Amino acid sequence: MTSVKAVVAIVAVLGLSACGDDPFGKNKGGSDGITQSNLDPHSIAYFNETIGDTVLFDVDQSTLNEAGIALLNQQAEWLLEHPVNSVLIEGHADEQGTREYNLALGARRAAAVQSYLVSRGLTDARLRTITYGKERPLEICSDEACWSKNRRSVTVVTGGLGS
Amino acid sequence: MKLFVKIAFVALMGFAVYAPLSPLAAPLRIEITEGVIEPMPIAAPKFVGRGNGAGRYANEITQVIMDDLTGSGLFREIPASAHISGIDNFDAPIQFSDWKSINAQALITGAVALNGDQITVKFRLFDVFAQSDLGEGLQFVATKGSWRRMAHKVADAVYARLTGETGYFDSRVVYISEEGPKNARQKRLAIMDYDGANNRFLTDANSIVLAPRFSPNAKEIVYTSYETGMPKVFLMNVDTLKRRSLDEQPGMTFAPRFSPDGSRVILSLTERGNTDIYIIELATGQKTRLTSGASIETAPSFSPDGSQIVFESDRGGKQQIYVMPATGGTPKRISFGKGSYGTPVWSPRGDSIAFTKISGGRFHIGVMRTDGSNERLLTASFLDEGPTWSPNGRVIMFFRETAGARGAPSLYSVDITGRNLKQVKTPNFGSDPAWSRLLK
Repeated sequence: MTSVKAVVAIVAVLGLSACGDDPFGKNKGGSDGITQSNLDPHSIAYFNETIGDTVLFDVDQSTLNEAGIALLNQQAEWLLEHPVNSVLIEGHADEQGTREYNLALGARRAAAVQSYLVSRGLTDARLRTITYGKERPLEICSDEACWSKNRRSVTVVTGGLGS
Repeated sequence: MKLFVKIAFVALMGFAVYAPLSPLAAPLRIEITEGVIEPMPIAAPKFVGRGNGAGRYANEITQVIMDDLTGSGLFREIPASAHISGIDNFDAPIQFSDWKSINAQALITGAVALNGDQITVKFRLFDVFAQSDLGEGLQFVATKGSWRRMAHKVADAVYARLTGETGYFDSRVVYISEEGPKNARQKRLAIMDYDGANNRFLTDANSIVLAPRFSPNAKEIVYTSYETGMPKVFLMNVDTLKRRSLDEQPGMTFAPRFSPDGSRVILSLTERGNTDIYIIELATGQKTRLTSGASIETAPSFSPDGSQIVFESDRGGKQQIYVMPATGGTPKRISFGKGSYGTPVWSPRGDSIAFTKISGGRFHIGVMRTDGSNERLLTASFLDEGPTWSPNGRVIMFFRETAGARGAPSLYSVDITGRNLKQVKTPNFGSDPAWSRLLK
């Protein structure tokens, strides 16, 4: 880890915090008491909370929208700087579909994220995908407020941190 | 009056296959093709018990037979309190006037004998107004633990004689038992009799499991499990609980179903985000791809003769139902109504497809002919999904999930006429039911 990288990352944090609305669902600390400056920019927590691990999708869609692309650009940057982590991309669907179709749709969403990250320079072999269909909703109400947060991909970073 | 009753004897632990009826033997007949509005009144006085402890079995067996028959919606029980006389002797002549005066159109009499661990059940069925036997008397012999199956066998025989169609009572259902909050549901494979009795869990709650399906002889199931960390199709023997993965190669597999002869499993496999349909030969493990292209192809189901496959695809832009030859080839779209169609299942008679339809934010279970004509929606709710056919193709079981943070699924059944909608009892929440064929 170098001090130069740390400075750059903190600048990025400040830039992000200027954005008022949070289009990415489960992003960035704050409500749970985590302040952004407390997170080590090389930590997985920083990736999950500060950059954001979750990309949202439109109804029955697996194409990335602008907000999703902006987030994935940051994910790609971080992942390129931390090359030894293993990455699992989960694809999820809301409850308004049949079980098998939602599994296939979740797989498409995960693959769309995978393809985009590869286009940003990540190697294919680092990125595994899995679909959960409608099996693991994040929010449990039965209206669009919850469904919009459940139509998602989650980039799950595990394993040893880059040094 | 015909008093001679021929009893078919069967080996211990086995069950009788009754002799075919003579065409003249069944003047009493309930027509179920268009749905029965007025159920046929029937009486089944408590079966006669012979031997120590037989009385309790006689009570329970009579009750299960009546629950089966009235549960079909085709028959109405004339309660014991209305009976003028009981049956104390299985072989004594029937006082038809006693049953005629309470308007019982059919009368079931029976006897239950206990001998050690062995139980014998015999029954006769009468046309009260014609004052004659309906078919031959039958006898079933098995161990005591199988008493519910013996009751279901009797009910199936009565159903067959009074409707002219095979029954569906001696059958099982495999399904997913669900517990816990909506965002952390625990799912387990479970198996039970068609009526919810004898529930047994086949897996623990450590991995997500989905959509089990029976082999033709109901001894094995295929299902999807996350136990390796990703969705993969497994095959399990429901007695030994031994299981194996069906496909060791990379990629996610789900939506499995057996071929009608049990030799192959059709499923969908996802690679690089693209889901297509494959067939696996169980004997060799050989895998053949049946569809290709960037669209989603999943939820395949064989026609009963094994020649065709119905499945769902979004190749036209939206989830719709298609039929193709079982060897692959050009699919033909059969669903054309408003909304999306999924989870097609071919009927055991071969003439219909059951499906889930999503339209205007509502879910429906429906049936259509195999060419897509005559679409009829049987149910409507926030979420009705996953139809499965009764062995005789007259009833559909599915699951209904309620809306909201406390929403949860339960199993339901409905006649293909749309009548007789009712919940099927399970110990926990239930989803993804699959009905077996009639047991042997």
